Amino acid sequence: MSNPLSDFLRDYLTVGIFGSLGFVLVGLLLFIAWLIRPDRRQAQKYIAYESGVDPIGDMWSQTQVRYYIFALLFVMFDVEAVFIFPWATQLEVLGWFGLIEMTLFIFVLLLGLIYAWRKGVLKWA
Amino acid sequence: MSSAVLGLELAYWQSTLIRVLAGLVAVLLLTGGVVYLYLFKFVSFMQSRLGPMEAGPYGSLQLLAEVGKWLQKEDIHTEDSDRLVFGLAPAVVLSSTFLMFVVIPAGPDLVIANLGTGIYYVLAVSALSVLGILMAGWASANKYALMGALRAGGQLIAYELPMVLAVLGVVIMAGSLNLQDIVAAQAGGEIFGFSGIGNPYILTQFVAFAVFMIAVQAELTQTPFDMPIAESELVAGYQVEYSGIRFLVYFISEFATAVAFAAVASTLFLGGWALPTSWGLSDGVMNVVGPLLVATKAVLLVGVVFWVRFSFPRFREDQLQRLAWKVLIPIALANILVTAVFKVAF
Repeated sequence: MSNPLSDFLRDYLTVGIFGSLGFVLVGLLLFIAWLIRPDRRQAQKYIAYESGVDPIGDMWSQTQVRYYIFALLFVMFDVEAVFIFPWATQLEVLGWFGLIEMTLFIFVLLLGLIYAWRKGVLKWA
Repeated sequence: MSSAVLGLELAYWQSTLIRVLAGLVAVLLLTGGVVYLYLFKFVSFMQSRLGPMEAGPYGSLQLLAEVGKWLQKEDIHTEDSDRLVFGLAPAVVLSSTFLMFVVIPAGPDLVIANLGTGIYYVLAVSALSVLGILMAGWASANKYALMGALRAGGQLIAYELPMVLAVLGVVIMAGSLNLQDIVAAQAGGEIFGFSGIGNPYILTQFVAFAVFMIAVQAELTQTPFDMPIAESELVAGYQVEYSGIRFLVYFISEFATAVAFAAVASTLFLGGWALPTSWGLSDGVMNVVGPLLVATKAVLLVGVVFWVRFSFPRFREDQLQRLAWKVLIPIALANILVTAVFKVAF
């Protein structure tokens, strides 16, 4: 029997369907709420909450750069973690050679962490 | 081509419909159950009070009553807010949660989609919620919301790493990313030649389990890691401008994510749906017993998460980052190396 989609693609189609359920469910709830909720508009209701006083200045204020540095560190480590996954599944085949290779790789990874540590990047504030 | 569900030959759309609907019902029932059991009752008894008692027997319909209340709330957004992003953010967070459930197996045939990438896919889609939270914080046009979202972003990515590295220990043991294979490896495994209880990885990968559960606590932003929504300093962080039904969606996805991570943890470390192969039960039996087993394990693990949540005070932001980068990541890396040495040597 001819099949327009392979099982592989069909599995991901199922994933897509189930993922879109989140949007469908939110849409449905919003629709029901729209049917029954009150709608009494007053300008004061739409002011941003700032502990009860009038908000001051620009709402999209600038923030500390340290979040950005942590994000950079994360990208570095996460990309390296991606490389470890295929090795982990094939470790039995690769044996001691693979183990030594990965030990070196993780050692280099650790050096990066120690470098960031010594540079004081991991210190908050 | 057709796929078999419980021995029946069904077309793709039929089996998909059944899987998706059954999955949705299971997710919502488990989430509602967990909210009632832990958030309404467990914490009440810990604090010497009864909790909700009015709606239904022992207040068991309280959550439905709350949904009815939230549906009637006026839909409010701030005047500067980015309406489109503001509206999409809760759906992105909820979708990310639903996507996690797709690959979690509840029996030999009971899985929504048995992807080969399995656990890797779970880690990938669970990170999508960061996107939803950052969208919410930015679109709210509120300083508290922006700070809360940035804190959440910083926290979720910092604890993503220990989690990924802890999972690697399990992947090395099982030699596969597929969750069904990981379950089978635990059921058919043996500890020093003894196969009576299989090899649930909580016994042989206890370091990875501990790191994973701490990371789960942080990913769920539950106390002691609840700085992103700290009500006493950030008045609920990125959720501050959300009201009514949009807030309910965040609420649902918070607890659904707790169930999802607990189900992943019970699949990775507690043996999932399977009983040890040496007990010799057929697939037909396991299709009935499996969902009960994995649901029980998941609910118990959610209980651990909530027990910790209600017992400890909040960390400071700097302590949070220090724990992730200076303690958990080195421990998880060491665990990978030790596991790999054992795997190759034995």
